[in-house]
Amino acid sequence: MLIDWFTVGAQALNFLILVWLMKCFLYQPVLDAIDAREKKIAAELADADAKRAEAKKERDEFEHKNEEFDQHRAGLLTKATEQAKGEGDKLLGEARQAADTLGAKRQEALLREAKNLNQAITRRAQQEVFAIARKALADLASAKLEERMGELFTRRLRALDTDAKARLAGAVKARSEPVRVRSAFDLPEKQRAAIQQALNETLSADVPLRFETAPDLVSGIELTANGQKVAWSIADYLAALERYVGELLQEKAPPAPGAPAGPAPVAT
Amino acid sequence: MRLSPDEVIYWQQGFFKLNATIAFTWGLMLVLAVGAKLITRKLTVEHTRSRWQNLLEIVVTNITRQIEEVGLSNPRKYLGFLGTLFLFIAAASLCTVIPGYEPPTGSLSTTAALALCVLVAVPLFGIEDQGLGGYLKSYIKPTVVMLPFNLISEVSRTLALAVRLFGNMMSGAMIIAILLTITPFIFPVVMTLLGLLTGMVQAYIFSILAAVYIAAATRTREPKPEPAPST
Repeated sequence: MLIDWFTVGAQALNFLILVWLMKCFLYQPVLDAIDAREKKIAAELADADAKRAEAKKERDEFEHKNEEFDQHRAGLLTKATEQAKGEGDKLLGEARQAADTLGAKRQEALLREAKNLNQAITRRAQQEVFAIARKALADLASAKLEERMGELFTRRLRALDTDAKARLAGAVKARSEPVRVRSAFDLPEKQRAAIQQALNETLSADVPLRFETAPDLVSGIELTANGQKVAWSIADYLAALERYVGELLQEKAPPAPGAPAGPAPVAT
Repeated sequence: MRLSPDEVIYWQQGFFKLNATIAFTWGLMLVLAVGAKLITRKLTVEHTRSRWQNLLEIVVTNITRQIEEVGLSNPRKYLGFLGTLFLFIAAASLCTVIPGYEPPTGSLSTTAALALCVLVAVPLFGIEDQGLGGYLKSYIKPTVVMLPFNLISEVSRTLALAVRLFGNMMSGAMIIAILLTITPFIFPVVMTLLGLLTGMVQAYIFSILAAVYIAAATRTREPKPEPAPST
């Protein structure tokens, strides 16, 4: 007999026991391990996805911030450039204004210096003219300058035209005080007498005179009576000379040949 | 010449006895259970794992996949029964390389026991899946006339399972024994290798057939999808 029924039963029981043993020791642990691993991998993948999403979000945020920063920087740069330009314009304007002021001051200083120089030249020229004239007269005619001046004044009085004589006579008559004769130097008695005589003859009257010394007349003699004046002075020559030197200084050019001669002595 | 290890009796007390079939079956059970326990003791869920764990995972997942391919939608439910069938028969065949070993599956008693287990398990799974009425109705499908044929089919396929496995395993052991007496060198080794292949194939066939029977019994009679109306 090939089949032993006790063995069949025992083997069936053995097989069922083996099924249980295998379930306990093999299938369940292995399947659990596989499930746990799959779960873990799924969790890791989900975690990786979440991290990727978070990284993307952070990257987007960073890029957004970067963009904002760039815009802000560009705005600040533009603003700073405009401010710098404005400041530069302002500084340039101030510098220009300062330069203009300085130029004006320099111009003014130059003018003042020219004026001072003119005055100095005038004074010097006056002194020199006197000295030259005095020396020339002394050398040529043994005559003193003052004497020549007195003679010249006397001659001018005599040479007055009719209208001038009439105005002078009117003025002398209307005066209440003696007619004043001012000179830059003390007139010698001889000169005074000659002037008194010439005036008396010219006006046909005895005119009282009072002689005064006035250094500001600059080597000259003048007679004043109630607004009328007869004078001879070197000041006119000097004024012409001063005008001429002034033109020279302004033009900074050599003087034209044939400088203008001094004006004729005036009688007003 | 003995045809079955049943004939080697170590101990007997009336109806009860301890023969070589039962003894070697216990040995196999011990090896399988202890081996599984040793390996699964240090299971890890990390990405790196031991080779033995890899081997067990490959075995288990492939059995699961095979069950699924047969048509059982919930393979883990049947893994215990079908997987153990395969592993037991495969282990019994593999151990034939050990000298003095008698495969328990070379005993008709063992194969009959396994076939009986299948015979009982198929209706149990079918009833669990479809209910008692649903399962019993499957015997009169498509008509009542088919009832005796279905019943004969149940019995005959169980018999076929038992005899097929027994015949293959017994013949393998028989051939090796005969060859050892004729040409003690070389040829028995070759036949042993062939026996290993045959044993693995038989293990596969046995468990796949059991899976097919269970699938046939548990397959829900789903209505076929209506074909889309052609215009």
